[in-house]
Amino acid sequence: MSIAAQTLRPNAALDLGAMSLREVNAALKAESEGVFDVLNPGGAHAVACGLNAPVEVHVRGHAGYYAAGMNRLASVTIHGNAGTGVAENMMSGLVRVTGDASQSAGATAHGGMLVIGGDASARCGISMKGVEIVVGGSVGHMSAFMAQAGALAVLGDAGEALGDSLYEARLYVRGAVASLGADCIEKEMRDEHRAQLADMLARAGMDADPSAFRRYGSARKLYNFKIDNAY
Amino acid sequence: MCGIAGLYLKDDALQGDLGRLTALMMHEMRGRGPDSAGFAVYGAAEAATKLVLLGPDGTDWAALAAQAGRALGCDVAVDAIGDHAVMRTEADGDAARAWFIANANGVTVLSVGRSIEVFKGVGDPDAVAERFGLSARAGTHAISHTRMATESAVTTAGSHPFSTGADTCLVHNGSLSNHNLLRERLQAAGERFQTENDSEVAAGYLAERMRRGATLADALKAGLRDFDGFYTFAIGTADGFAVLRDPIACKPAVMAETDGWVAMASEFRAIAKLPDVANARIWEPKPSEIYAWSRAA
Repeated sequence: MSIAAQTLRPNAALDLGAMSLREVNAALKAESEGVFDVLNPGGAHAVACGLNAPVEVHVRGHAGYYAAGMNRLASVTIHGNAGTGVAENMMSGLVRVTGDASQSAGATAHGGMLVIGGDASARCGISMKGVEIVVGGSVGHMSAFMAQAGALAVLGDAGEALGDSLYEARLYVRGAVASLGADCIEKEMRDEHRAQLADMLARAGMDADPSAFRRYGSARKLYNFKIDNAY
Repeated sequence: MCGIAGLYLKDDALQGDLGRLTALMMHEMRGRGPDSAGFAVYGAAEAATKLVLLGPDGTDWAALAAQAGRALGCDVAVDAIGDHAVMRTEADGDAARAWFIANANGVTVLSVGRSIEVFKGVGDPDAVAERFGLSARAGTHAISHTRMATESAVTTAGSHPFSTGADTCLVHNGSLSNHNLLRERLQAAGERFQTENDSEVAAGYLAERMRRGATLADALKAGLRDFDGFYTFAIGTADGFAVLRDPIACKPAVMAETDGWVAMASEFRAIAKLPDVANARIWEPKPSEIYAWSRAA
């Protein structure tokens, strides 16, 4: 199958009911700017993944696994739910899910911002490496497992073993935390943290008072910690 | 990796579409389990007990039915479908199942009950659905499975769903670590297994508890304590449907409900083609939480 990377007209709608996933993703990747819709995702995997330019993409419906994975520079909004691994390995840009996200949202993401309007299930932010994640609802068990850098803000509750085997990442939770994972402890919420959280919430479009959150982080006893890496 | 799809109809007007919708869902789960597939359809309860049997090529079903009839003291009617046969008898279902397992060489009992019929096969799930006329089947609820084998061989008998008790079946995505121990205990308690499959042990575990009077919910609660491994289960009973994920919840599941139906699948794409899905409430089942629907409730 040859994939013609033709230039899309402005505000083009790409219909996954009529085009193959590869055609849709290739067409989006060929653009350097513009606003585009993806229609009828129907739970398909890897929708709008691998984008590498400041395009704005609106996925109109529920997406499957790895939606907007490896995103760089682009702004992708999923108007619905996302399956496993949304925005996994994102480098920069913005990925927004208006509904719920399944497990491993933002896994290993290095940068950019992931905003989930509803709940995220287990292992949200697993092995995150610099991404900012804001979850309007609650997160499931083992969220921020082995997180290395970045920040996770949860407006609802967190499931069991939050921040298990955490390296460095800042975890902010407004609601209840079922339990903390190994080497994760509650830490003092200082002005710099309130400022960081206020900035994240504002950019995520979430209306919440930063002073209502508690902060969790690494006790730095589980790994060979070098203080020079602290931030 | 395996694929699961279950559909439970609340709106009786959809009953004629049950098989067609189940085939659509199973089609979407082909990629998760391309090596074999199977399905259970619950139709209207019949007066007789139905047994679905799987036999080797050349099985003389009529002769076997006659032999079973003599042994069980009841007539046994037979309809052959490919390498399967549906037998109907007034005999006790458990006794009939036990007789076939003990006496019908090379034959596997796939299901027993008044509503349930289980069909399964090796190969492309769409071909399995086609071979057994899934799209034309009507009923109240159905569970299907597409398999990518991990714990035991790719055989027709080792395909899901597994049914070891009357009108009860189970499909499984995952793997159990302690199935050999559980199988030995259940065999000592009188359960009969027909494969080396770990998922059959889970089905037998639940069936054994329910035989002793436990509700499905009680049996599943006990299973949460006794099953060691990974699982997303979908379980069918004569009038109901249940879903359970293990406490770690590595294996995916999504559920959706409208006024007309409740659906469960490994991934949303299996649900995406159901009628009125745009108005469905959609959620991911939580770990260790039992989700159950019943027409009796």
